[in-house]
Amino acid sequence: MTDFSDLMLDVAKVRSDFPILDREVHGKPLVYLDNAATCQTPRQVIEVFDDYYRRYNANIHRGLHTLSDEATSAFERSRDKVRAFINAREIREIIFTRGTTEAINLVANTWGRANLKAGDEVLVSQLEHHSNIVPWQLLAKEIGFTIKVIPVDERGVLDQAAYRDLFTERTRLVAVNHVSNAFGTVNPVSEMASVAHSHGALILVDGAQAAPHEQVDVVAMDADFYAFSGHKVYGPTGVGVLYGKAALLEAMPPWQGGGEMIKTVSFEAGSTFADIPHKFEAGTPAIAEVIALGSALDWVSGIGLPLIRAWEHRLTEHATKELSRIDGLRILGTAPGKAAVMSFVVEGAHSQDIGLLIDQLGVAIRTGHHCAQPLLAHFGVDATCRASFAAYNTPEEIDIFVESLERVIGMVR
Amino acid sequence: MSDTAQESQAELIEEFEMFDNWMDRYQYIIDMGKQLPAFPDEWKTDELKIQGCQSNVWMRSQRDGERLHFDATSDAAIVSGLIAVLMRIFNDRPPAEIAATPPSFLEELGLDKHLSPTRSNGLHAMLERIYQVAKAEA
Repeated sequence: MTDFSDLMLDVAKVRSDFPILDREVHGKPLVYLDNAATCQTPRQVIEVFDDYYRRYNANIHRGLHTLSDEATSAFERSRDKVRAFINAREIREIIFTRGTTEAINLVANTWGRANLKAGDEVLVSQLEHHSNIVPWQLLAKEIGFTIKVIPVDERGVLDQAAYRDLFTERTRLVAVNHVSNAFGTVNPVSEMASVAHSHGALILVDGAQAAPHEQVDVVAMDADFYAFSGHKVYGPTGVGVLYGKAALLEAMPPWQGGGEMIKTVSFEAGSTFADIPHKFEAGTPAIAEVIALGSALDWVSGIGLPLIRAWEHRLTEHATKELSRIDGLRILGTAPGKAAVMSFVVEGAHSQDIGLLIDQLGVAIRTGHHCAQPLLAHFGVDATCRASFAAYNTPEEIDIFVESLERVIGMVR
Repeated sequence: MSDTAQESQAELIEEFEMFDNWMDRYQYIIDMGKQLPAFPDEWKTDELKIQGCQSNVWMRSQRDGERLHFDATSDAAIVSGLIAVLMRIFNDRPPAEIAATPPSFLEELGLDKHLSPTRSNGLHAMLERIYQVAKAEA
């Protein structure tokens, strides 16, 4: 049995913040291990919605009335919380989006469209989620630049020597995730950024899977762009963040046009645009969601990412040990120090069967390609089972998961 | 095999009612799937593949006199079992009868709740293919 006693995480107290963890599924207590897809929200986050719609629901940045003023203040406070969470220098470097996907699409359609030319090269890693592949493919088809793939080794670790060799004088951008959603690999983005910069290229880091697990410091890592989503860091869906260095954001053309993002609009003289970050926030944003994201980050900081990380690592260690006992089970992604993601396939048991049957026992895991088809294809599989952990998961839940897994494997073999 | 598709559905419903929990029902479905007749590899073509499923499913149909004969397989156990359920009801029946038999067993067995289309299990895609072929042949 893995020892958890030295860690100061009061997991019972953590769990008491999550009302959903009390529910049952098919008459069994819920064991929620699909956190890499969406993690659950603490009551402090849920309560923001109730409070916002009961007390100060109003459009922001425009009204002179009290409600609008209160909503604007809360919204902008949230922006500062995000800034502090990723240690950005300036509040205007934080742009709210619908999520990581929209953040990456924004960079592709503004910076990408303005700076990439036919014959240029963009480096994308083999570990990427489709949301950091497809926006570049769409643009490449239009513009005619080339996408080159940074390879992985058999552990799911990016080959840094191969990475360095991919650079040419035409390399303009590296698009890489901080943590792989399918395998949990934590990439050395800081070193990768310095290699990119030494070749005059920029780096965009997809931080969707890193924000809930790793302490992010965009200045120390020297990322040019960094994106993450609210719902993977104990916040709501429908909100995400794009960080960009101020000088880059200022030089980028706007993407979506509409209210909020303009200075002046005239049929005769055309339109002039607002300063960053508002230039990239056309239309009424998801106000309550943004405020709730601020509360989620407060919640995470209240426990502390180093402690959450240590707890999840211990859970991952425990799960690795327990899963390894199962005959015919192969873990994909064995990078040292990986985040709390266990991807695996089982001989003689299809992941779809495992996902459906284990749900009957109250255990929620993910099965399928995890929006990382190129990575799975590279490892010769088209689907895996994935269990991913959060701060509220317990070693006892891992044991229930492994016992349940053994039972369902026995049913199909 | 029962005389009609409707009788087969009634029989299946009766068999499933013997179990009082879903794990046993799933086990029964999986065991039925293990009895499926062999499906040669050369039939596993893109043309015979059914989309909309997390697992791979192939279905082949051919006219056998007045009746329609299906062969199908999957690399997943529950889907194989569902194929076996569908075969019990629809296989080797006149196309007009197949087309005129609604899949009432889905609702009566509660399978529609357990295997909703959002779980991309391919059940609905398989049914669609069966009805499509039956209507074309009827």
